Amino acid sequence: MYSYSDFDHAFVTERNRQFRQQVERRIDGSLTEDEFKPLRLMNGLYLQLHAYMLRVAIPYGTLSSRQMHRLADLAEQYDKGYGHFTTRQNIQYNWPELRDIPDMLDALAEVQMHAIQTSGNTIRNVTADHFAGAAADEVMDPRPVAELIRQWSTDHPEFQAMPRKFKIAVTGSANDRAVIKAHDIGLRLHEKDGVAGAEVVVGGGMGRTPMIGKTIADHVPMADLLPYLEAVVSVWNLLGRRDNKYKARIKITVHEHGIEDIRARVEEVYALIRPTFTGVDQTLYDTIKAQFAAPSFTKRPVSAFDDHYAKDPVFRAWADTNLHPHRAEGYAIAQISLKAHGETPGDATAEQMRVMADIARDFGHDELRISHEQNVVLPHVHKADLPAIHARLKAHGLATANIGLVSDIIACPGMDYCALATARSIPIAQQIATRFDELKLEHEIGELKIKISGCINACGHHHVGHIGILGLDRAGVENYQITLGGDHTETLALGERTGPGFSAEEIVPAIERLVGAYLDHRADRDETFLATYRRLGMAPFKTALYGEQTAKRSKAA
Amino acid sequence: MPREFTPKVVTANALLSGEVVYLTANDDWSPRLSEAEILTDEAHAQLRLIEASARQSEIVGAYLADMAQCDDGPRPTHFREEFRRTGPSNYAHGKQADL
Repeated sequence: MYSYSDFDHAFVTERNRQFRQQVERRIDGSLTEDEFKPLRLMNGLYLQLHAYMLRVAIPYGTLSSRQMHRLADLAEQYDKGYGHFTTRQNIQYNWPELRDIPDMLDALAEVQMHAIQTSGNTIRNVTADHFAGAAADEVMDPRPVAELIRQWSTDHPEFQAMPRKFKIAVTGSANDRAVIKAHDIGLRLHEKDGVAGAEVVVGGGMGRTPMIGKTIADHVPMADLLPYLEAVVSVWNLLGRRDNKYKARIKITVHEHGIEDIRARVEEVYALIRPTFTGVDQTLYDTIKAQFAAPSFTKRPVSAFDDHYAKDPVFRAWADTNLHPHRAEGYAIAQISLKAHGETPGDATAEQMRVMADIARDFGHDELRISHEQNVVLPHVHKADLPAIHARLKAHGLATANIGLVSDIIACPGMDYCALATARSIPIAQQIATRFDELKLEHEIGELKIKISGCINACGHHHVGHIGILGLDRAGVENYQITLGGDHTETLALGERTGPGFSAEEIVPAIERLVGAYLDHRADRDETFLATYRRLGMAPFKTALYGEQTAKRSKAA
Repeated sequence: MPREFTPKVVTANALLSGEVVYLTANDDWSPRLSEAEILTDEAHAQLRLIEASARQSEIVGAYLADMAQCDDGPRPTHFREEFRRTGPSNYAHGKQADL
């Protein structure tokens, strides 16, 4: 795990000192809100619907147990006893008070954390595959690259006042778990002719105008990656639309200019700036890489796991859904669901954070990850320890066996918290999860990703949900549009809208009808919802939603 | 034809806590919507908003919110203002627990 250098310590300490003074000046009236707002946003501090919200960066979703303990302490001391993990692998505190923010940031700095660039028109927290360094299918560990990008982009003078925010995601596996094609820049690390490098994808994104990223370079060797990224961001920084915030993302720039034009411009800038990169970045990259060395895995029998798996159906159900293959023999990646039925997706109490931290310390080489699906991951656990881990999780409401199932719903904070939202998303997620738990159909349904956003900005990733739900305000009433066929993986696809939206009272029965149609039409138990949709198209699902006549009328139109 | 002016209150977020607050007739900020001053005259409402917006050391982002005038005080006409009045609907620890 990356450990701060003296430079990092000094930088974060100085930044916190500056912000403490800025907060004091806002409180004593020396700064107006207009003057203060950009300063607070540079430090991750929003003012939301009911209170301030502090968004803390968890770079590439990686945490130590000490860091998770500190997040729990902050939740207890400065919030209402919980934190909300987000789709960009951050944590948000929903109820801090302005005067306490500098103390919170100092407490974070003590465990090498910060809230820098979690907001504002700058390069945001770099995200990565949450199974990094552990997955059996991994080609290269994305974390050192993500850390290198974090250091390069933090306070980069050219990129502090860009047309809009800029998001970068990195994966080191062919199976994309970082949604790279829906980011401003997505990197897929790989080797070509024995040379480590990255495929660079640009111009993806969700929000008001969802677009799938396009490959701008098939293979940029590691030695050239930072200057190439700098060229991409620099070209967009100049070309990006500043006249209209809704058209200010790189996806619009790529769409308006075409990928060939952008590639040519990037290569021109790249040729100019490449000589200014002296190789120091690669020396730094090697230093960072060394800090992400794999833990020393042990060889032990896994009979304890096998025995429990055979005897305990609750443990077996959890193991079947929540474990993922690890690259080391005898090990597994364990996912802890933050989607207990009826609870707020992504929320963890201070007590739950401490339980997860202690498990990571005792059994998981002291590592935790936050997934973009708002769950927590123990990347390295020996299978022999899984029964004990499961028992501890179960005792604290953390052993829900639903990863990848219908109740493992991504949901943005929506209008329960967010000042931008146009409808609520959390209660809809809660109701869907509760309903399918009552039906006892989750495991029968199998893999099904429902994603809900409370506004067009799509923080809940609804565009790439197998079933996507978008909450809107229709004449002063919450209304929910459904999309089908979205896919967040390496075969990324944007969902198609089914038709008119549903009221808050109608949306859960509508989802139930959709899932019922899937169960009726699937070829066999192995055909997933997405595969069935791809085979049959919209028609049977539209009929399930709107009835035979309405579906026909809408088809004719 | 200009739209008819409908009743409003001045609302904002408190500077220190971020809490939703309402301007009262006594020029205080109250967390309770029931204590808010109901503004039925457009010119007066604009004046109250200007006065409120100047109080930068107390609040952030003052604006006029649409209300219905009921026997027990103002009632939000839009669900967003209703959530601001009560707090989030997923936990009973917002204003709904305190008020």
